[in-house]
Amino acid sequence: MISADIQTVMPEIILAVYAMLALFAAVYTTKDKMAPLLTWLTSGLFVVLAFWISGGHGTVTAFDGMYNNDGFSRFAKVLILLSTAAVLLMSEGYMQRRGLLRFEYPILVALSVVGMMVMVSAGDLMALYMGLELQSLALYVVASLRRDSLKSTEAGLKYFVLGALSSGLLLYGASLTYGFAGTTLFSGIMASTADGVSLGMLFGVVFMLAGFAFKISAAPFHMWTPDVYEGSPTPVTAFFATAPKVAAMALFARVVHDAFGGIVSEWQQIVAFLAVISMFLGAIAAIGQRDIKRLMAYSSIAHMGFALMGLAAGTVFGVQAMLIYMAIYVTMNVGTFAFILSMEKDGRPVTDIRSLKSLSKKQPLRALVLLIMMFSLAGVPPMLGFFGKFYVLRAAFDAGLGWLAIAGVVASVIGAFYYLRIVYYVYFGEDTDGLNGKMPKVLWFFAVATSAIVLLAWVPGINLFGIETAAEAAAQTLVN
Amino acid sequence: MTVAAFTFYFFALTTVAGGLMTVISRNPVHSVLWLILAFLSSAGLFVLLGAEFVAMLLIIVYVGAVAVLFLFVVMMLDVDFAELKAEMSRYMPLALLIGAVILMQLGMALGVWNYADLAQANIAAPTGEAQNTAALGLLIYDKYIILFQLAGLILLVAMIGAIVLTLRHRVDIKRQNVMQQMHRDPAKAMELKDMKPGQGL
Repeated sequence: MISADIQTVMPEIILAVYAMLALFAAVYTTKDKMAPLLTWLTSGLFVVLAFWISGGHGTVTAFDGMYNNDGFSRFAKVLILLSTAAVLLMSEGYMQRRGLLRFEYPILVALSVVGMMVMVSAGDLMALYMGLELQSLALYVVASLRRDSLKSTEAGLKYFVLGALSSGLLLYGASLTYGFAGTTLFSGIMASTADGVSLGMLFGVVFMLAGFAFKISAAPFHMWTPDVYEGSPTPVTAFFATAPKVAAMALFARVVHDAFGGIVSEWQQIVAFLAVISMFLGAIAAIGQRDIKRLMAYSSIAHMGFALMGLAAGTVFGVQAMLIYMAIYVTMNVGTFAFILSMEKDGRPVTDIRSLKSLSKKQPLRALVLLIMMFSLAGVPPMLGFFGKFYVLRAAFDAGLGWLAIAGVVASVIGAFYYLRIVYYVYFGEDTDGLNGKMPKVLWFFAVATSAIVLLAWVPGINLFGIETAAEAAAQTLVN
Repeated sequence: MTVAAFTFYFFALTTVAGGLMTVISRNPVHSVLWLILAFLSSAGLFVLLGAEFVAMLLIIVYVGAVAVLFLFVVMMLDVDFAELKAEMSRYMPLALLIGAVILMQLGMALGVWNYADLAQANIAAPTGEAQNTAALGLLIYDKYIILFQLAGLILLVAMIGAIVLTLRHRVDIKRQNVMQQMHRDPAKAMELKDMKPGQGL
């Protein structure tokens, strides 16, 4: 029994043991000199684990239903592992140049990935919370990694305090849910809601959703996002914008479908509300931003709104659309942050979008990469970003939420403004002494690779790289 | 009123009063003392529930260690609490209003509390007539072993985090190197000179 359970969580165990061994190895040998090697090793291990997990079949539950290994969790895990590996590789050079690359960084990232893997597999409120805290605690630390900078420590502290508040909301909701159902198992909660729910239980649902909304930075629980994105070192911001978002969104989907799947009509309106307000806030508030990291923060708020739109449908297709959207979102963000990490002027990093003016005259290829990414983020067909929006809009429309789909289209048009303004600066901006310096090779590789993916996904033979069928299979194991 | 009911209300009221005084007392040291009272009376509540082990843990760990640690921190930190309080009192009316609204809402929600039909079966004790400690052991180290291990990982992250954020390797100070000390050769470390009386070196 226990050996079968351990077999199920083997990827997590391997990653946790690796992190501890790496910690020992680095502490007792060359310390920070080992950091580049550890970064590459960690990325390599992530890729190996991703391939191993993607080969899994069937649905297995372990530890009396507390832990699920199903198609849905495997899809999310592969996405988390691959995106984290990409971000780690991109961050190595940047952090090395700024003297930030400490050996604890890859280890903390690895431990937070363990937390994310537990989150997406959780089948119990307690396992959910443990995974969430493991992930968040590591994130708080890496946010204030540049400890001599006031902004970075402020980012870490803000994230920590507000994260603790959201954990409190989540736990209060979980305790109300437990008080109603008498069990913390998702399957047990699902069974107990079969003949209606009480008002107290609904309070619990709302509190829990508020806690999750904080973790995915959906409005109106988004306040921390711009400050944390701006204050953290840029590679850490790139990490925040990718894997943790996937994990929290997958957790959101898991809870609303596995635990509250019997009361879809109760949470549907809440999720739809979060979606609408996030899309509009993300689209409108970003217009005033001049710092590209803050801009990406608002962009991520808007994108989370779109992903929630898929979830609000409450159907298999809705979950499929959400998964496709998250995969596309992560790909686009890896590409965009590969560019942002390379933004330098006289060897110092800059984040002001006005420094991008007339980049096309100096470095046309680099400008083209940025153009592709911005068009895709804005959702211009036939770029990849368009397909993500198309899927979630269709899911909302099919589920009878036509008004939500229309709101989504409007918000997407508003949001296109600030993406296109960057393109305008790059191609038609007046000549200023903007960026200089070359793009490092690793960043160049990721920028070009993601641009190619974003550009070519619609080609008939490629069909979005088969992500559609994979997401469908994953969604079917979740919703039943 | 039975003795059990009386004891329950006594401990419950003391817990709430202790919590309230922790928040509103002027002197931070008094706050910690009130907090200890709150801990002690909640330990009493646990005893009433038949959870003696948790009650003892609460006293040993929270009162014995955590609260004392708090006390030290409060006494050592140079924080002007009066100033903080003044800042807080500006927002007090709004905070009180929101607090009152939430309290009323929760009262409405929890006042009509009802359980799911399956809840009674779900909360029945699964471990039979085991003793407190034995039952906890069975749960923590057997049924919930994965959660226990994850909690360990969380503590590891907390430890790494504390070190990453605070440890500074200073290069301009002398450090003790035990190996170097042990491998010092007396023959090389000192030199014996035969001094003649009345002459300098």
